Amino acid sequence: MEDVPQIGYSEKVMDHFMNPRNVGSVENPDGVGRVGNPVCGDLMEVSIKVEDGILTDVKFKTFGCGSAIATASMVTELAKGKTLDEADKITRQDVADELEGLPPRKMHCSNLAADALHKAIEDYRERHGEGKEKAEEAAAE
Amino acid sequence: MIYLDHSSAMPVDERVAAFASPYLMQHYGNPSSLHTRGLVAKRVLEEARGKVAKLINAESPETILFTSCATESNNLAIRGTALRNNKAGMRVVSSAVEHISVINPMKELQKQGYAYDVVPVSPEGYVDLDMLAEMVTKDTVVTSVNYANDEIGTIERIRDVSRIVHEEGRYLHVNATAAAGRIPVDVQADGIDLLTLSSNDMYGPRGAAALYVRKGVKLQTLLPGGGQERGIRSGTENLFAIAGMGEAAMIAGREMGAEGRRLHEIAGAYLKDILMIEDAHLTGPATGRLPGHLSFRFGRIEGESILLNLDTAFGIQVTTGSACSSRTLEPSHVLLAIGLKHEEAHGSMIMMMGRSNTTEEVPYVVDAVRKTVERLRMITAM
Ligand code: FES
Repeated sequence: MEDVPQIGYSEKVMDHFMNPRNVGSVENPDGVGRVGNPVCGDLMEVSIKVEDGILTDVKFKTFGCGSAIATASMVTELAKGKTLDEADKITRQDVADELEGLPPRKMHCSNLAADALHKAIEDYRERHGEGKEKAEEAAAE
Repeated sequence: MIYLDHSSAMPVDERVAAFASPYLMQHYGNPSSLHTRGLVAKRVLEEARGKVAKLINAESPETILFTSCATESNNLAIRGTALRNNKAGMRVVSSAVEHISVINPMKELQKQGYAYDVVPVSPEGYVDLDMLAEMVTKDTVVTSVNYANDEIGTIERIRDVSRIVHEEGRYLHVNATAAAGRIPVDVQADGIDLLTLSSNDMYGPRGAAALYVRKGVKLQTLLPGGGQERGIRSGTENLFAIAGMGEAAMIAGREMGAEGRRLHEIAGAYLKDILMIEDAHLTGPATGRLPGHLSFRFGRIEGESILLNLDTAFGIQVTTGSACSSRTLEPSHVLLAIGLKHEEAHGSMIMMMGRSNTTEEVPYVVDAVRKTVERLRMITAM
């Protein structure tokens, strides 16, 4: 194959598109976030496993374009091992930066990935109220 | 590398390149000059006109105007006739599956006060003839319907369209960009008043296109200047591209029969195997398609991903009508017009075969498409 750049996608985007990390759904997830994209009609789902306030497993599924797959893959990588608060602070810009940029009209795909992660965290927090978390912590001590 | 995207771009035929290249550096005269070099250029220009006229059975070479691209021809045909004939009426009509370079000039006219009606199509992409008859009225100055659709492969029933348009309306413009050079087009038998054809859609160089204007049809110029092309389209002629277009038209006319049969055969081989893939559907008509044209949709996956995966992992180049690959992130208006839902229009894959393709490629490509679909389905959230 000739060595040509892919439609404005960086090598890193192409790598995550071709070899996406963390594809699928976490078994018995502690939180799930599912968002649809009103612009292009795509779907993104992120599921998380939380232990001691840390995201031990993060997986995704998406019905979307090349950058949707790549950004989702990147978001799961970024979120894994982080605390809930740290993961909640991951922005779409972080995702895009880690991927060495996205074409401007594809920036919303990174939104999709970050939003799905945030939703999954929100879902976790709803399921495990702050109090419950504290109780668990106390029980562990 | 297997190139299956001849609807987006084609290589220039070697014979065309050989024929036209002297007009870049050797015979560079201006057809408007009166000296020998100019006269040589003038002769080449007129020969090209004759060859293009012959391809579409135009009544005479004078009915052919050269322009720079199909978009220009479509603009000239639509806006040129509407503006010049506005006393006859201020209505324009097109089908719902026209190229954007037809739709946008229509919308431009709408801004200037013309009424613009859009005729719906059947699920296979055929213009609804009853609706056409209803929408074309005595005030309709120009109606535009494409000869063949380069996205879903439908070949319109142009003679029926023409009959209906001429019962009430004034002029029928046909965008034959995808058809001319691939299937027989006969402007006289088909009853066409204006017809667009482009060089680079028949293995000619870019930078040349033509507009057939039936004798007696009056157009307003959109590009006033030195008066070239019967005063309708000024500008120094792109002799190299025009000479190439003429030659390309001649070759296409001579070879389209055999080439069409060959492409039909390849497409037939693809069709049955690709439809075996789970949740794969043909878009456009099952028979009577443009030779070598196939368009599919695959449920639960997305077209840009299909395109990228086929290209990167297998070196196969196709195109898609998916929203994610378009500038506006809107799914193709053609796919919506044939009744697909937003999420169905997502998984579109268009294959347009050309002279370089063979049946030997079929098993490799089918296998690649199957693997691509399976891989993306593993990721899908649907
Ligand atoms: S998800 Fe549709 S453009 Fe990226």
